Amino acid sequence: MSAVLGKKVGKKSVDHVKISREFIADEPHIAFHDKRLWTLRTLRDGQANAIPEWEELRVLASGIKEHTLTHLADYLEEFERNATANGVTVHWAKDAAEHNRIVHEILATRNVDTLVKSKSMLTEECDMRPYLEARGITVVETDLGERIQQLDDEPPTHIVVPAVHKLATDVAEVFADTIGTDRNNADPHYLAEGMRQDTRPYFLKAGAGMTGANFAIAETGTVVTCTNEGNADLSGNVPPLYIASIGIEKIIPKMEHLGVFIRMLSRSALGSPITQYTSHFRGPRDGGESHYILVDNGRSERLAMDDFWYSLKCIRCGACMNTCPVYRRSGGLSYGGVYAGPIGAIINPTFDLKKYSALPFASTLNGSCTNVCPVKINIHEQIYKWRQIVVEQGEVSFVKKEAMKMAGKVLADPKRYRQWTAGTNKALAGLPRSFLYNPFNAWGKQRELPEPPKQTFHQWYAANRQAKEEDEQ
Amino acid sequence: MRVALFVPCFIDSFFPEVGVATLELLERLGCEVVYPFDQTCCGQPMGNSGCETDARAAEALFVRNFADYDYVVSPSGSCVHHVRDHLTAVEQDSTTRKVRASTYELVEFLHDILQVRQFPWAEFPHKVGLHNSCGTLRRLGHAKPSELNVPDWSKPLDLLRGVKGIELVMPQRPDECCGFGGTFCVTEEPVSARMGYDKVRDHSGAGAEYIVSADMSCLMHQKGCAERLSLPLKFIHIAQILNGDQGEMA
Repeated sequence: MSAVLGKKVGKKSVDHVKISREFIADEPHIAFHDKRLWTLRTLRDGQANAIPEWEELRVLASGIKEHTLTHLADYLEEFERNATANGVTVHWAKDAAEHNRIVHEILATRNVDTLVKSKSMLTEECDMRPYLEARGITVVETDLGERIQQLDDEPPTHIVVPAVHKLATDVAEVFADTIGTDRNNADPHYLAEGMRQDTRPYFLKAGAGMTGANFAIAETGTVVTCTNEGNADLSGNVPPLYIASIGIEKIIPKMEHLGVFIRMLSRSALGSPITQYTSHFRGPRDGGESHYILVDNGRSERLAMDDFWYSLKCIRCGACMNTCPVYRRSGGLSYGGVYAGPIGAIINPTFDLKKYSALPFASTLNGSCTNVCPVKINIHEQIYKWRQIVVEQGEVSFVKKEAMKMAGKVLADPKRYRQWTAGTNKALAGLPRSFLYNPFNAWGKQRELPEPPKQTFHQWYAANRQAKEEDEQ
Repeated sequence: MRVALFVPCFIDSFFPEVGVATLELLERLGCEVVYPFDQTCCGQPMGNSGCETDARAAEALFVRNFADYDYVVSPSGSCVHHVRDHLTAVEQDSTTRKVRASTYELVEFLHDILQVRQFPWAEFPHKVGLHNSCGTLRRLGHAKPSELNVPDWSKPLDLLRGVKGIELVMPQRPDECCGFGGTFCVTEEPVSARMGYDKVRDHSGAGAEYIVSADMSCLMHQKGCAERLSLPLKFIHIAQILNGDQGEMA
């Protein structure tokens, strides 16, 4: 673990509280964000409840993933063998830099100057777009949400609905500034059509197309992508050159396992029975080329972490984000990483503990994420464990550390504890409101304090019961 | 039946009436209740903050205080969750394991161990919204969490149905977290308060006069939010209703 935890990228720590405070201050956005994602959660419940064997599917899906992850090397090799036999060129990338280098080399040697891309979180993780653009290659996102974020120069804020934090009027502004639609027309159909008209020519002229992978099947060497807009089909089939960027944890053993995940993915993500397109990429078309890049980028290190390897089961449905009451109110940008929400809180620290040390604390540990997770990742338990590690590694404020040390001492000593509770209650009762509700009292900013009672339970018991017991004796 | 009463630190300090109601209710139901005098806290505030090692001494004290009883009962789901699932800073010897396994939250103790369903002395003629705290709901299994496709159940509702005159009203998001979350309520103040506001507005919109819960910590947070929003909601611990507290009459 130390290698990963020690990795420093020299970026500032994410201040989840500050960014969420700004998001919350904007009433129309937070109200919409919360409502929209809660709607997805409600739709998901409807779908999950309509399938009697839903909980069995979760057990099965979790089991398949755990089996695959414990035999990962074998399945990766099987995948490579079968893909190669299908005529695909398979590459291995140990990290983001190697991934980007491979992509660039494939494109540069074939003089490709435009790449159309269907959504892939892994390429976001690798920061591929700026890398290629710096080398003269135009990269065009073709997923509507992802394209909105690209045009607005913002990272995706949700792994399934990347621009969910934007209102239609925000999109109208972005598109007016970038692709020339009418600033005053925020009709979603108009905006979607505007984006369609803007993107189509890129599909036609791009020298290469790229997709991520929802699943990679070892038995057949195929890559499966799920989209609602068909943009993976266009990206993967229109240009003569196809590249799939595949996280090594995306492998599943056999075609027969795919159905388990397909039944759960879209139901968990959007509350729809299935995505519009479930596309299988097998091999290059006549005269074309197919390349798969199998990317590690910290995954095998995560696989070696006793408490955290289960996070590699994730199928990126985003259900944990939709259900998370904290994510719905703080927005994806507050997590400061490629992965937001509960899954981000357990994955991001494996990339950089210092930068993401606040994320395990951006949770109430309510456990809803664990319950919706289709592959049964114990998300909130991992968040709890990460907190212990964050503190162990010293990535916590001096004040908090000292406060907890003090609390630990007081709570271990009944005498000191009695003095402290009596003193606190007396102090609370005696202090003027202006003193209690000061900027340093986080509780009192937006909440009233509890009124201190005349006596503690302990004092009551001593007066009413112990005295009585003594009288009776 | 000999039962040790665990009154968590914040109930001791701020809500002694909840401790009293729990004690009296258990006695009414025929338990011999002992209150170990040197008790303080289960260690949750430290464990939850990532400072598990700072919880060691408090956890050791907890184990010492409660080692000699068949059952330890507490009117706080989140503290019981800590004892059962996270009391791991101390050595896990047979005494620790026994204490952890014999610690019960009040509702589950009444429902599962004493198996009581009727509270003939109890009457609560009000519209009541139930708040299942996340720890009791998803970790102690008080009720069916809305995320799971499993048969419906609710231990607190089974008990409240044995109270005369009570009218239960359902918010739109019955088991969304209220945002208390222990130290989260202070360290993540903006999100915590917003969640609390949304929660009390949801209950208020459903027509609740009272919010009842097996977790006083969530109620403390929600009460603070409701008062700041000037919502006319009242808050009461389930032990108080089951013990016969009739609330404020109109």
